[in-house]
Amino acid sequence: MDFAPSKEQEMVRNAVRAFAEDVIGPSVAERDETEVYPSELVEQMADLDLFGLTTPLEYGGAGSDTVSYAIAIEELSRVDASVGVSLAVHNSVATYPILYHGDEEQKHKWLPQLSSGERIGAFCLSEAQAGSDAAGVETTGVKDGDEWIINGSKLWATNGGCAGMYIVIAVTDKSLKKGKGLSAFIVEREREGVSLGMKEKKLGIRSSDTYEIVYDEVRVPEENFLGAPGKGLAISLGTLDGGRIGIGAQAVGIAQAALEESVAYANEREQFGRPIGTLQPIQWKLADMATDVAASRLLVYQAANLKDKGVPFTKEAAIAKLFSSEAAIRVVHNGLQIHGGFGYTKDYPIERLYRDARVTTIYEGTSEVQRLVIARQIGL
Amino acid sequence: MNIVVLIKQVPDTTDVKIDPRTGTLIREGVPSIINPDDKHALEEGLRIREKFGGTVTVLSMGPPQAEDALMEARAMGADTTVLVSDRAFAGSDTLATSYALARSVLTTGEWDIVLGGRQAIDGDTAQIGPQTAELLGVPQVTYCIEIEIAEDGRSVTAKRALEDGYEVIETKLPALFTVIKDINEPRYPSIRGIVNVCRDCDVQTWNAKDIGASKKMIGLDGSPTQVARTFAPEPKGEGLILEGPPEQTTKELVKHLREKNVVRVR
Repeated sequence: MDFAPSKEQEMVRNAVRAFAEDVIGPSVAERDETEVYPSELVEQMADLDLFGLTTPLEYGGAGSDTVSYAIAIEELSRVDASVGVSLAVHNSVATYPILYHGDEEQKHKWLPQLSSGERIGAFCLSEAQAGSDAAGVETTGVKDGDEWIINGSKLWATNGGCAGMYIVIAVTDKSLKKGKGLSAFIVEREREGVSLGMKEKKLGIRSSDTYEIVYDEVRVPEENFLGAPGKGLAISLGTLDGGRIGIGAQAVGIAQAALEESVAYANEREQFGRPIGTLQPIQWKLADMATDVAASRLLVYQAANLKDKGVPFTKEAAIAKLFSSEAAIRVVHNGLQIHGGFGYTKDYPIERLYRDARVTTIYEGTSEVQRLVIARQIGL
Repeated sequence: MNIVVLIKQVPDTTDVKIDPRTGTLIREGVPSIINPDDKHALEEGLRIREKFGGTVTVLSMGPPQAEDALMEARAMGADTTVLVSDRAFAGSDTLATSYALARSVLTTGEWDIVLGGRQAIDGDTAQIGPQTAELLGVPQVTYCIEIEIAEDGRSVTAKRALEDGYEVIETKLPALFTVIKDINEPRYPSIRGIVNVCRDCDVQTWNAKDIGASKKMIGLDGSPTQVARTFAPEPKGEGLILEGPPEQTTKELVKHLREKNVVRVR
């Protein structure tokens, strides 16, 4: 058992950290305020291959491994959790369905566009009545000659506004039992009938643009049908296993940032004539935070490593996501407490980190769903 | 256009500490980086290649771990990287190092332009560039903030920064240029570049024999300068920050300045 990163993983961390700090960092507070997706950074992010991290070289990606992907998302989220989740979603749940379930033609057509950032991807599964109950999808896909007609409304699509391509899960066979008749489609943004619904005004990750996407009589050709008919739920759940590594990594990045901010504050802030970092109640909090960050990181890398090895990782991904997201919330909670009154204002980054962390126990499967997955995996 | 870039791996001195007893850098736990000025030289080399075609060869003289700096250079886009490394180089001063680098440049074969950073953040001598140019017998332009190569690729107009302005120099190629950070914004290594260099790593190593170096010219034998002693400068005393309304702080400031005999108020 060797916990040391490979040379490649180390270099990925250095490159992404430098880019995140230099290029993304300076405008993070402004974006949090204005809730605007950083379109102006897309080209530079594409130059670094951040849109095709694990997509194989033959499809225009960087061909890196999942641990490197997790490291990249962690480093991006350490600086800007909104950019972190946007790229996590793009690289995982928007790319994986095509990479793992598309035919060669679909892979050659779509993956280069996704890897280059020409089209940003979004994943549309959730609906008003289909959240944790993923099988409750009501959006329909009806065959009409050589085409499919999609009707329905999808909620909470990360990258919804900036995306050029959506993976859409819809009911294609109503005669089957709930969850059995779902299929996946690739839908371009420019298809007639695709429109943006309401933009969500969120507590945190405010510059990741989250939209309702409305599909009204949207016609797509047969070539946009993804994977086997009726496999929509399996595609979604398999994809989400990988997606959870990304959200786990995002949580690690947020928590790491909160830890660094809090240590710096504790060393600088003086009360009772000395830095508060010399006081044991503060030290204990920081020690617990460091422990949470370290444990989260190992769990996330472990799940990523299993995925790279090609062995089942459903349980480990759920454990990593559950633990790291809940740990991140503990870490930002303690971090804000250490900052005291200053932490409750927008003058210190901990305030943003506190809000950004909150969503990690909700999306890509709530903590409750993760526990359900883990329970099933351990024989219950 | 065959471009040769000289880089050095240095400790990231932005967070380096000095051992008060020995007066030397505490290198433990300090990450190693490509010397900042050299990174700008590499970026300039990559841009010249993008405009004129050709190859970018990166040379670095140092211990085996300097290979990391060369891998980063490859990930940024360099075509070939060579580590010039040999125990026989140990103890080389800037002259012996320049000699080894000049020999290495000649060993690359045909070359048109040599680029390097102004100076390294660990040694701060700024001697390697000029000495290497002298040993190669080519013109040198130091402190460049702009390097414009003529369409025919034969001559160069370079702008060099001076303390109170700048100088524009025209020269024929081959020539050597050292650059400062104002010349460009270095690119970040791409993930694909990193993956490629890590999975198909071909950093070559040249030893003293490979570059045809004379033993008398390298290592301690080739180094006319010897370090007699190193020491850390006395740390400056802590600054004083005066707080309060301007009328009060101004009075206090004047008082302090008088006490230190900086000003005399009649």
